[in-house]
Amino acid sequence: MSDDGQHDSPGAGSNGAGDNSLLPIGPQEPLDNPGVPDHQPRPTDVDPALERRAERQVAAMFVVAAVMALAFCVVYFLYDPHPETGETALGVGASNLALGVTLGLSLLLIGLGAIQWARKLMADHEMIEYRHSAASTVEDRQEAIAAFQAGSEESGLGRRKLIRNSMLASMAMLGLPAVVLLRDLGPLPGVKLEQTVWRRGMRVVSDVSGRPIRPSEVPIGQLVNAEPAVFFEHAEEFEGNELLNEKAKAAVIVVRMPPEEITPYPSRKDWDVEGILCYSKICPHVGCPISLYEQQTHNVLCPCHQSTFDLANNGVVLFGPASRNLPQLPLGVDGEGYLIAMSGFQEPVGASFWERG
Amino acid sequence: MSSSPAARSKAGAASRSTAGVVTWLDERLGIGALTKKQLRKVFPDHWSFMLGEIALWSFVILLLTGTFLSFWFKPSMAEVEYMGSYANLRGLHMSEAYASTLDLSFDVRGGLLMRQMHHWSANLFLASMTIHMLRVFFTGAFRKPRELNWMIGLALLMLGIIEGFAGYSLPDDLLSGTGLRIAQGLMLSIPVVGSYISFFVFGGEFPGDDFIPRLYTVHVLLVPGILLALITAHMLLLVYHKHTQFPGPGRTNNNVVGFPLMPVYMAKAGGFFFIVFGVTALMGGLLQINPIWMYGPYNPAEVTAGSQPDWYMGWLEGGLRIMPNWETNLWGYTLSWNVLIPGVLLLGVLFALLAFYPFIERWITGDDREHHLLERPRNAPTRTAFGVAGMTAYALLWIAGGNDILAYEFGLSLNAITYVMRVAIFVVPVLAFIITRRWCLSLQRHDREVVLHGYETGVIVRSPDGSYAEIHRPINPVRAYELTMHEQHTPVELPAAHDANGVPAPAQGKERLRSRLSHFWYADDVSKPTKEELEAAAHHATNGSHALEDGHGPASGNGAHLGIETSGIVGGQDFGLEQKPKAP
Repeated sequence: MSDDGQHDSPGAGSNGAGDNSLLPIGPQEPLDNPGVPDHQPRPTDVDPALERRAERQVAAMFVVAAVMALAFCVVYFLYDPHPETGETALGVGASNLALGVTLGLSLLLIGLGAIQWARKLMADHEMIEYRHSAASTVEDRQEAIAAFQAGSEESGLGRRKLIRNSMLASMAMLGLPAVVLLRDLGPLPGVKLEQTVWRRGMRVVSDVSGRPIRPSEVPIGQLVNAEPAVFFEHAEEFEGNELLNEKAKAAVIVVRMPPEEITPYPSRKDWDVEGILCYSKICPHVGCPISLYEQQTHNVLCPCHQSTFDLANNGVVLFGPASRNLPQLPLGVDGEGYLIAMSGFQEPVGASFWERG
Repeated sequence: MSSSPAARSKAGAASRSTAGVVTWLDERLGIGALTKKQLRKVFPDHWSFMLGEIALWSFVILLLTGTFLSFWFKPSMAEVEYMGSYANLRGLHMSEAYASTLDLSFDVRGGLLMRQMHHWSANLFLASMTIHMLRVFFTGAFRKPRELNWMIGLALLMLGIIEGFAGYSLPDDLLSGTGLRIAQGLMLSIPVVGSYISFFVFGGEFPGDDFIPRLYTVHVLLVPGILLALITAHMLLLVYHKHTQFPGPGRTNNNVVGFPLMPVYMAKAGGFFFIVFGVTALMGGLLQINPIWMYGPYNPAEVTAGSQPDWYMGWLEGGLRIMPNWETNLWGYTLSWNVLIPGVLLLGVLFALLAFYPFIERWITGDDREHHLLERPRNAPTRTAFGVAGMTAYALLWIAGGNDILAYEFGLSLNAITYVMRVAIFVVPVLAFIITRRWCLSLQRHDREVVLHGYETGVIVRSPDGSYAEIHRPINPVRAYELTMHEQHTPVELPAAHDANGVPAPAQGKERLRSRLSHFWYADDVSKPTKEELEAAAHHATNGSHALEDGHGPASGNGAHLGIETSGIVGGQDFGLEQKPKAP
C-alpha cells in the first residue's frame, strides 16, 4: 500500500485498521476489522489486448469529441436561427438543435473518455490517508489564545473602556448612512396604493381597442376586460411604465347577468346597469389579474392561487387564500349611452398592506 | 511500462522538464509544500459524493453561459416597439429586456442554446444542491466538525433559490412578471414597512421602470459574488476536514480510504465536469425550456391559466395556495397572515430549523466527538424520520402548488384538493415520521438477524420427519463487519436522583428534557450483536444439532447457522448451493 510519507502513524498497519485514537468507540467492537480488501486486478491490468482496446476506446472518444467541436462550427455557419426563414429539423429550429447536439456530444465524449481512462487504465490501488482532528494541538491553541491576549493587552482594549465603547458607537453609527443612503431608491408610498385613475364620469372602455361600451353590446354571460378611458384619451400621459403602473391598479372586468340573480348590498343597489357589474381585475390576495369566469355560478377565479369570488354577491370571497372581497366599481351610463364609472373605487384595490386598515 | 532505452530516456526528459516547471513556480509561489500535501490527497469513492459535484459544475456552467447572455441582454424596462424576427410579436410594445431576450433567442446564433443551457443548469444547480443536502443530512455528515460547512451549504441553497428566481424574472415576459407581482404582494404583507419596502425595491409603484436593472445587478454581480465566495469556503473546508466516508473494512473514523486526487480524481472529477456540461448542452439543444416568446410581454392586467413558477419555488407557491384566508385588522392596520405566513415566514422557519439542526441534535445526544464515518440512515432512526417528515412536508407543499393542474388533469375538485392539503400538511408528515422510524428499527433488527443467523436463501428443504425449514447461509465476513461496526448509541442518563447522603438532587428542567429527548432519540435502537452473541451463534451452528433437526420455530431462526462464513462449508453440510454468498 502506498504511503506518501505524510502519515503520522505508518505503523498502524497496511490494512488501514489503525487505532481509533480520534474517536474511541465505546466498548469492543464485536468483529475485528478485516482491513481494506486486497487489490483485485482488472481485466485491463492482466490482459494486454484489453488494455490496448481500452486505450483505443479512450482515444476514439477524444477524436470524435474533436470532430464534434468542428461540426459545431460548421452548423453555426450552416443554419440560420430565424424563426421563419431558418431551417427546421424534427419540427424545431435546426440551428439550436444541431448546435446543442454537436456541443453536447463533444463535451460528453471528452468527459466519458477521461472517466474511461481513469477506470480502466489508471492505477486503481486504494490508498489510505490518516486524519487529524480538526482542532489544532492544545499547545498551538494556547499559544494562539496567548497571542490574542497579548495583542489585546497591548492595545488596552479591555482596559480603556472609553476608547472601546466610543469606537463601537462610531462604527454602529455607520449603519445609519448605509441605510439612509438607500432612501432615494424610491418615493414614499403616500396614498398611491389607495388610489386609481378611476373618477366619476370616466368611461369604461374595452382594454384592447379602447372603444367605449354600450350596455346593449354586453350580452348576458359575457365578461369584458376593460380599462379606464383615460388610458386611451390621454395616451400621451400614460406611456410605457406610467401606463403599466396605473393598469396594475385600474384594470377591471365587466360582466352581465340576469338582474334578478344579483344580490347587492343595500348600499350597492344602483351600482349595476341593467345587470351589468364592474369589479377590479386585481386579486386582493397578492395582485394577480383574475380572469377565469364561470357563467353559471357567476364565480370568478384567480389563476395564480385560486381565490374564488362571487360576482352576483358583491364579489365576496367564496374560497381560497384571499381575505378581502373583490372591490366593485359603481356603474352608470353617460348622455351618449356609454358605460361610465359613477365614482372611483371606494377601497384600495390589490394586495393588502399594513396601512390599508 | 516501457522498457526500451529510448522510451526510458524520453520519460527521464519528461520528468526533468516537470521538475523544471515546478522549480520555476516554487521559487516564485512556494507551492512545493502545498502541492506535496494535496496532489495525492485521497478521496473516498461513492456515487452519492457526486451530487455536490453536479452542483459545483452547474455553477461553473452558469457563469460561462450567463456571461455569454449578458453580452446581448439589455436590462432595461424602457418601452420599445418590437420589430425583430418573431412575426407574432412584431409591432407590440414591450420592455427592452423582453425585446433583447427575443433577439437573443432568434437572431444571435447559439443564443437560444445558451439561454436554454443557462436555464437548465439553474434547475440542475438547485436540484443537485437539494439532493446533496439530503445526502449530507441522512448520513449524518453534518456532525462535528462539519457544522459550519453545513450552514455554508444552506446559505448556498438559499442564495441559489433567490438567484434562480431573479434569473427567470429578468426577461420581463408575462409569466415572470406575474411572479414578480406575487413577490410584490409578499413584500406588501410585511408588517409596518411592507409598502415602503415595495416602493423602495421597485423605485415607486409596481412595476415601475427601475426594477429589472436593479435585479440584473443583484443577479449578475451581488449574488454570484457571494455564491462564489461561499463555494470557495465550502471547498476549502472540505479539503481541510477531508471527505467523510462510508464505513467498511479498513475504513475507520481516523483514516480515509480511496484514490488520489492526481491522477484518478483529476480524471474523474474533471471528466465529470465535461459530462455535466455535455448533458446540459444536449438538454439545451433538445429540450425546450422557458419559451418566453409564447408568453408575450408583461402586462399587469393579463395572466395565463396554469401559471407555475420554476420547480424550486413550487413549495412556497403551495403554501400560498393552501393557507386559509386569515387577516387581522387592528386600530386601522392590517396584518395579512394569509400571505405573511406562507410567503415570508415559512422560508425563514425552514432554513432556521435546518441551520440549527446539527446543534439541536448535538445537544440532545450529548455527542461532542468528531465524526468522519457516515451513518447509514437506519442506524439513526429518529434523525432519518425527521428528515423524511421534512421531505414529506416539502412534497405536499409542492403538490399543493400545482393544485389547479392536478384538479384539471385528474378531473378532481380544486376545492377538495385544497381542503385535503390543509389537513395533510400537518398529519402526513407525522405519519411519515412514525412509519420511517419503525421501518429503520426493523431494518436494524434485520441486520442483527442476518449477522447472527445468516441470510435467507429461499431454499426450503424437507427433513425425514416431514418438517420444512428454510436454509440460511452465512454472510461473508466483510459484510458482517460492515453490519456491526456502526456505533451503538446510548441515551443521556440523568444524574443520580439522590446524592451520596441520600438527599434528593433534583435534576434541572433542562437536563430532564435533554434526557427525555435523548431516550426518545436512541432508546429504541436495536442492540447490535455482541462478541458473546456471535460466539454463541457460532457454537450453536457448529456444535448444536443440525439445523434441520433442531426443531426451532421460524421465529427463533429455524435452520440457523452461524451468520458469518468461516470456511467454505458451515454446519458440517453443504446443500450444494454454489452461489457466492451475497449481501442480503
